[in-house]
Amino acid sequence: MGEGLTRAAARNIFYGGSLFFFVVFALLVAHSHYYAASSSIDVVGLNDAVVRGKRVWERHACINCHTILGEGAYFAPELGNVWLRYGGADDPAGAKDALTAWFQSMPSGVEGRRQMPNFNLSEQDMSDLIDFLAWVSRIKTQGWPPNEAG
Amino acid sequence: MRYQSQQVAWLFFAGAMVLFLAQVLFGVLAGLIYVYPNFLSELLPFNIIRMIHTNALIVWLLLGFFGGTYYLLPEETERELFSVRLAQLQFWIFFLAAAAAVVGYLLGIHEGREFLEQPTWVKVAITISVLLFLFNVSMTLFKGRKTATAQVLLLGLWGAAIFFLFAFYNPSNLVLDKLYWWWVVHIWVEGVWELIMAGILAFLLIKVTGVDREVIEKWLYVIVGLSLFTGLLGTGHHYYWIGAPGYWQWVGSIFSAVEIVPFFAMVLWAFYLVYQGRRDHPNKAALLWCLGCPTVAFFGAGVWGFMHTLSPINYYTHGTQVTAAHGHLAFYGAYVMLNLAIITYAMPNLRGLQPFNQVLNMWSFWLMTSAMAFMTFTLTFAGVVQTHLQRVMGMSYMEVQDQLTLFYWMRLGAGVFVVVGAILFIYAVYGPVREQLTVQEAQAQPAE
Repeated sequence: MGEGLTRAAARNIFYGGSLFFFVVFALLVAHSHYYAASSSIDVVGLNDAVVRGKRVWERHACINCHTILGEGAYFAPELGNVWLRYGGADDPAGAKDALTAWFQSMPSGVEGRRQMPNFNLSEQDMSDLIDFLAWVSRIKTQGWPPNEAG
Repeated sequence: MRYQSQQVAWLFFAGAMVLFLAQVLFGVLAGLIYVYPNFLSELLPFNIIRMIHTNALIVWLLLGFFGGTYYLLPEETERELFSVRLAQLQFWIFFLAAAAAVVGYLLGIHEGREFLEQPTWVKVAITISVLLFLFNVSMTLFKGRKTATAQVLLLGLWGAAIFFLFAFYNPSNLVLDKLYWWWVVHIWVEGVWELIMAGILAFLLIKVTGVDREVIEKWLYVIVGLSLFTGLLGTGHHYYWIGAPGYWQWVGSIFSAVEIVPFFAMVLWAFYLVYQGRRDHPNKAALLWCLGCPTVAFFGAGVWGFMHTLSPINYYTHGTQVTAAHGHLAFYGAYVMLNLAIITYAMPNLRGLQPFNQVLNMWSFWLMTSAMAFMTFTLTFAGVVQTHLQRVMGMSYMEVQDQLTLFYWMRLGAGVFVVVGAILFIYAVYGPVREQLTVQEAQAQPAE
């Protein structure tokens, strides 16, 4: 089996090939970095409120129940497009009110239904978090998710 | 056991088993909440339970890798470890940092990126511990015999440490955040960890089969080469829908589709070597884990990964229970079974015994492996139903989840059997010795 290949040759192919593929990968990621910083996001919209909102998102480990752009836990709904599900594209004020009311009414306490904790978010936190989710919904994701259900 | 310093591996294996137990117990707890959603909801929310489940897994696997490396390196380099004290110090920094992280999670102290929830000071402690580890093992290798097995293993461990540094980079642009988050997560499990896996397996196969090192190590290079040639650009399968350019759908689909090849090569490698083996090694349980590991990794990482890696398919399955199914079997096959293999092989030597409690150990193998397979099947069915109802029909998330309750019940049942299997394993390896090969039996079959 494989008599023509020596251990030294296999080693050289491994090191050389891995380096080659790493360089190709790094170059593509460098281009993607540029693309992600300029083309696929709302650059102007990435303001202080959105940045603070991402911190709120992280502080409460929302990702360990929800997904965002399909990544996270699979225990609670996708939030990459929650802004659109709440009609934020047409009626931003209405969507913001509805999401705020949602945070405040948690946990629902309904028997047999998954419970979201009440994180006691301040008005500022809620507003920032919603701004963050609205900003995320504007990321150009190659058309994902397939529909509003997320 | 030929070198006194190998004994330090015991400490790492013991720490690993404590966290293994925590991991599976919190897994069952999470599975229970899927069917009784109100359980613990006020006291200990699901996000914290899942955080402990995943973090305990990662940390115990790393402890197993460290212990395995400390065990095999003296035999590979033919010298004692550089420093046993450094190894002990490194263990306690790592273990206490991990324990502090878990206690912190229970109190609500955590960061918020998946798998990287450790507070910064814990990340720093982990980094320091890993650097001490790398210094220790690199010095051992530097002063000793440099086998391909040891070099590939150490390259994998260095890679794991280097790519972990991206955990400290958290850009406020979510797309960039995700782009580099995968440099830790994907490049670990579908990149450098495969080097660790192949390196430890190579050591075990050399020991249990007695086949010429030259042959085993040549194929080791071929396998790890295939892993990185496919796995690095295979990262692209995580870049489809997160705001990265569209070309990743081509790059990711093509390269990640062939990520199955190194896993299949590992199966061929292990079975061919055992078939060719001149040695009838007395540790049959270790042999079973050595063959089981690449086989289940091939199904979990290879087949279940391939199932949803092509971008037109992933468009519908991304972030559903299909992903959960793949994640569970891939981690179990590739990394859990690897650690249980090296532990099963090493423990008789560390305890100064002939191979013992082998029947019990093999029972735990079959119990855990079939339970994990069953769990994977139930989650796969759940994922297929979810994909159709939610992604094709457009039903809302929670409505769909209500349709999956039966699958979640079966998953919970499978999880309970995994816990029983894990306890059985720990008892077989660390508990009282009920049956042991006699010295004559073991000597009749020359082995080390």
